[in-house]
Amino acid sequence: MFNYIVRRILVMIPTLIVISALVFIIIQLPPGDYFTTYMNELQSRGEKVDAAKLEFLKQQYGFDKPMIEQYFVWATGLLVGDFGYSFEFSRPVSEVVGDRLWLSFIVSFTTILFTWMVSFPIGVYSAVRQYSVGDYTLTFFGFLGLATPNFLLALILQWMAFSYFGTSIGGLMDPQYMDAAWSVDKMLSVLEHLWVPVLVIGTSGTAGMIRRLRANLLDELHKQYYITAKAKGLPPGKALIKYPLRMALNPFIADIGNLLPEVISGAAIVSIVLSLPTTGPMLLNALQSQDMYLAGSFLMFLATLTVIGTLISDLALAVLDPRIRIGGGAAK
Amino acid sequence: MTDAPIEHYVNKAEFNPESAVTLTPEQERYYMASQWRLMWWKLRRHRLAVISGIFLAAIYLSIVISEVLAPYNLHARNTRYLYSPPQSVHLFDDGKFVGPFVYGIKASLNLERLQWTYSEDTSDVQKIRYLCVGDDYKGASYLFWGLFPGSFHLFCPAKDGQLFLLGTDRLGRDVLSRIIYGARISLTIGLIGIGISFTMGLTIGGLAGYYGGFIDAVVQRIIEVIRSFPSLPLWMALSAILPVTWSPILVFAGITVILGMLDWPGLARAVRSKLLALREEDFCTAAELMGAKPSRIIGKHLLPSFMSHLIASATLSIPSMILGETALSFLGLGLRPPITSWGVLLNEAQNISVVALYPWLMYPVVPVICIVLAFQFFGDGLRDAADPYK
Repeated sequence: MFNYIVRRILVMIPTLIVISALVFIIIQLPPGDYFTTYMNELQSRGEKVDAAKLEFLKQQYGFDKPMIEQYFVWATGLLVGDFGYSFEFSRPVSEVVGDRLWLSFIVSFTTILFTWMVSFPIGVYSAVRQYSVGDYTLTFFGFLGLATPNFLLALILQWMAFSYFGTSIGGLMDPQYMDAAWSVDKMLSVLEHLWVPVLVIGTSGTAGMIRRLRANLLDELHKQYYITAKAKGLPPGKALIKYPLRMALNPFIADIGNLLPEVISGAAIVSIVLSLPTTGPMLLNALQSQDMYLAGSFLMFLATLTVIGTLISDLALAVLDPRIRIGGGAAK
Repeated sequence: MTDAPIEHYVNKAEFNPESAVTLTPEQERYYMASQWRLMWWKLRRHRLAVISGIFLAAIYLSIVISEVLAPYNLHARNTRYLYSPPQSVHLFDDGKFVGPFVYGIKASLNLERLQWTYSEDTSDVQKIRYLCVGDDYKGASYLFWGLFPGSFHLFCPAKDGQLFLLGTDRLGRDVLSRIIYGARISLTIGLIGIGISFTMGLTIGGLAGYYGGFIDAVVQRIIEVIRSFPSLPLWMALSAILPVTWSPILVFAGITVILGMLDWPGLARAVRSKLLALREEDFCTAAELMGAKPSRIIGKHLLPSFMSHLIASATLSIPSMILGETALSFLGLGLRPPITSWGVLLNEAQNISVVALYPWLMYPVVPVICIVLAFQFFGDGLRDAADPYK
């Protein structure tokens, strides 16, 4: 077990390095840099630009150095929590980002919990009662959730809340807590607002989960050991929970690797629509204004979140499934 | 009582000792059918998949003749009717049957809210015309495929009348017409994108699966890295790279390539795992011993054995591309006007106050949901049909 964990964590390191290189290339690719854009903007407003100052700024942030060197400065900075400098806000990225990373994390985490809690009973129900009215109804809603783009669902919910109740459901906390320090009240306010994005982001993932759990459980239910167990007189509930459900649970946990990128993607766009104070809106902004270090650290954060999520799911799988634990093989 | 023995029944027909071996025509048809024919027979029984398939075929055919189906051309502006609500179709006027018609629109400026309000002018009956030719209302003429001028429409408003079945937008353009035109871009993006991702998935997955070893390890790592990126932020970042100076057509191509380039890992993985298993089979060794080149073995012997499965999973990933384009354009990072896709149309509905005042701007959602559902059902049906064990 220990060996497996160590190996799994070691494998993560090259992946993260490649990801960071990729992120750096992506944020470097747009033609020009923040200063050129900034200069153009100033000039279009008819203001004078001090070329010497610009040159100084460029030197200050190492824009004149070769690409590789810039990458190393940035990547080693990441390791010690220095995410670089946001040009648009003229402050270090870590200050600008503030609570956003945490709020992103909270939204994603709650969404996954929600997805599991909803899809588990429904998946089991529709597998055990296959082709019943309940199964068909739930499957239909599942498909609908799968087909409706997250951001549109957010828009529709927002529109309904607006036109029927006259309230706005955007944001993640009441306005008076925006800049306040964390407290119990602020926490409660966040929880109060959290359900809308969680519901919206959760729908598509939930649908997929239900269908996968249903398919897996159905496969198990047709196997002979289950028939034998029932034939020997085991009560149906016990026969179900003791054997097939345990088998069907594996993919459920392994699937977090697929679910997490989906949830994070969903969270990014839904938070733009609902204007949540998470990473999504700021990422969009940073990308549009070529605030490269800000955009880069968001991308890096989101990718790291996914990698760690996959790691956790692999470890959980190893705990659950003795074949992986002992064999030490890959989880998939 | 008689002593006569019980009569035996004897079949007079000639006995054929091979009757168990020879096939009835029906059986023969089944046993001799090709894999694709078997798949077709199985798919045909899946009613939902068939309906979805027909629906998809109809929609894809419709994009060939969008100009004829839409009552207005893409850029026709009715400046007198900005944000006009949908007109309802009536059949009876004053208790008299006149066939499908709409009432004219009366526009008045509400000075209190500084907003145009529109109401039905019941004295103005405008019959909807069918199969009409002629440039006798605003926005009737078009360039078919951007090449041939024409003005033939399946249905159109009365002479100098209005027909906004789904309302108009900020510039007074008919929403229904724009949805019909938008299908063209939204649907082709899915097809071209899947083409790119399919080719890449086949090639890369094929190489990794057939050669194994080092190539396989590298490909596996690349797949892992791409898959651990959440797709939407990555799309956003990549589409932000496209220079603003590019023409909308180039941006369209760029977005399609981005969507396709990031979709292949799933397919490549499927190809790889199947190839790894299949290359150990005897028929593969036989082909190798007879001197076939790797490309021939992969293309001629290995791929066809799971092509149907691949096509099914490719069908299932088209909707994610359509949704991806919609999301990007909705955020303003994707396609730009004058190129019109459903996402570009929804971009107008981004602001909640706009949506609350003019909810009909959200109608482009409906085709998106329908198309995605149809692809889902059709793909599910295909996958079941391609699975020989079901």
